[in-house]
Amino acid sequence: MKIHEYQAKELFRQYDIPVPEGGTATNVEAAQQVASSLGQFPVVVKAQIHAGGRGLGGGVKLASSMDEVKVLASEIIGMNLVTHQTGPEGQQVKTVLVEQGLNIAKELYLSLVADRATGKIVIMASEAGGMNIEEVAEKTPEKIIKTYINPLGTIQPYHCREICFGLNLEKELLKPAFALLSNLYRLFIDYDCSLLEINPLIITAEKAIIALDAKINFDSNALFRHKALLEYRDLDEEDPLEVEASKYNLNYINLSGNIGNMVNGAGLAMATMDIIKQAGAEPANFLDVGGGADAEMVENGFRLILSDPNVKGILINIFGGILRCDVLAQGVVQAAKKVDLKVPVVVRMEGTNVDEGRRILAESGLNLITAIDLADAAAKIAEIARS
Amino acid sequence: MSIFVNNETKVLVQGITGKEGQFHSRQCIAYGTKIVAGVTPGKGGMMMDDVPVFNTVKSAAEATGANCSLIFVPPAFAADSIQEAVDAGIDLVVCITEGIPVLDMMRVKNYMTGSSTRLIGPNCPGIITPGSCKIGIMPAAIHKPGGPIGVVSRSGTLTYEVVHQLTREGIGQTTCIGIGGDPVNGTNFIDCLKAFEQDDETKGIVMVGEIGGSAEEEAADFIKQHVTKPVVGFIAGLTAPPGRRMGHAGAIISGGSGTGQAKIEAMKANGIHVCENLGSLGKVCVDAFANAV
Repeated sequence: MKIHEYQAKELFRQYDIPVPEGGTATNVEAAQQVASSLGQFPVVVKAQIHAGGRGLGGGVKLASSMDEVKVLASEIIGMNLVTHQTGPEGQQVKTVLVEQGLNIAKELYLSLVADRATGKIVIMASEAGGMNIEEVAEKTPEKIIKTYINPLGTIQPYHCREICFGLNLEKELLKPAFALLSNLYRLFIDYDCSLLEINPLIITAEKAIIALDAKINFDSNALFRHKALLEYRDLDEEDPLEVEASKYNLNYINLSGNIGNMVNGAGLAMATMDIIKQAGAEPANFLDVGGGADAEMVENGFRLILSDPNVKGILINIFGGILRCDVLAQGVVQAAKKVDLKVPVVVRMEGTNVDEGRRILAESGLNLITAIDLADAAAKIAEIARS
Repeated sequence: MSIFVNNETKVLVQGITGKEGQFHSRQCIAYGTKIVAGVTPGKGGMMMDDVPVFNTVKSAAEATGANCSLIFVPPAFAADSIQEAVDAGIDLVVCITEGIPVLDMMRVKNYMTGSSTRLIGPNCPGIITPGSCKIGIMPAAIHKPGGPIGVVSRSGTLTYEVVHQLTREGIGQTTCIGIGGDPVNGTNFIDCLKAFEQDDETKGIVMVGEIGGSAEEEAADFIKQHVTKPVVGFIAGLTAPPGRRMGHAGAIISGGSGTGQAKIEAMKANGIHVCENLGSLGKVCVDAFANAV
């Protein structure tokens, strides 16, 4: 789960991690009020959307007067912000964060990540802050310092030394930097974060170390023990079809293609999307109905696919194990009878109770195309894509 | 022969009285698996059909000599269950549970360093030696006993698809293992490849990977150096967009790493027969294993 910068900074404040003074606004007047409460200029007006690259997209601007705050806030609030992470359709800005401007002496990069290969938490830091860190990692990997922490233990002073000396921090900054690292690690563990990133982490001319930006991703599997975090969820940042799918416990991702598909199991679902592409079409979605799906889940999944106007054909690919083919077939028939089915549907089933499933489909009187195996299904989808 | 499990393996089921634990335990027993005990805290002394239920893994193992545990415990408690099995000295732990927090699994992984227990999963279908024993949730009927092909996969139903195509071509399996779709897991591709290479009855290997992480690249490198048997490889998720988690917590392309294309290139460069279209996997195996089966 992703959250906004201002929400991440709320958590930072709770963990004594220094952030700039500021507040949020959803209209111009409120933005001016925040600016006036800060009592100084310049201030920074920052668009609050989940995607990165906001600065380059024109969503982060410096204002040196109240008039500029007014102009910039009215420009940014309501704008459709396009960054390299939003895709070409962009994301509408509903909230801005107005913060004090600071005298930046140096920009650093700092992040904590759960490292899948080692099973450890890695702290990454670099003096090349404020830049695209993936580019730094690729071109000049020696500029990134890494230290690995075993989650059975905790962050040790030596981890902090490895990072701080690696960053060539001045002596007077070591104490606040050690505190910052320990607090970040505590936050990471307490909330089951999967990524915690500060880019840039700045050192001011007054020798203070401050998180100018804040990005946190949480492990969705662990949200059950962090119910409070669900208040941070912003449904406006999510695809409406995906929000709908999550209500039914369906694993759905909306994509830009024209062939809808419904599959049981994530691996088989990915492979089925690939088959659609290889057949000369584009998948309209990823949909894993899971191993234990019932007829109602199948029906909901089917309705979701059909509510996407781009869909001109559907491939259902089920390998019945725990999910029996007869249950699937009932769900498909139920759903197809309730909606006005205008697109061709190819059904490929295999596994538990497959004969019963095929019988239900055949006797339903619906116009369903049966495929005998995956190669056959691909050929039939290719035909639909061509027509 | 087979790897990791055979008809001597004595299995205890953690979470045996739950809906899934009960259903799949019965399926495994029907297949011939020796399920000797169940564990559900608070239900010790009861019976699940003919299987005695215990409160703890330690007491179940002591009373029955179980050397393998199959786990169906809900995600919030699964890491604790794995650690309980490890500390009870169980040789093989197969964890089916999906949705365990990553941090929990990171702690388990580090906890198991130096331990002699092997963990398969979590978020996996389990392991089967066709005709001999099934420790997991896979549909039994699609398998063909007698070998000579070993299957290792990160996925569940995708593995069934692969096994089904092998069986349809008349190619049997020695052992099929699902290592799970989570980013942090126990047994990895290389562990299975090593065991299949050493197993005399296994004459060829099918390896089924997916996007995310670098396990397939590392396995490809290992195959080039240490595996003499023919290997067929498949990768799911070539069309997946970056930054989106495709169902499995581990299946996510981040920062340009973990792409399907890179994995396919790594496999090709290391002499693996790559199947690029799942519909043709059976046929690719027939060709690749022509001298082996």
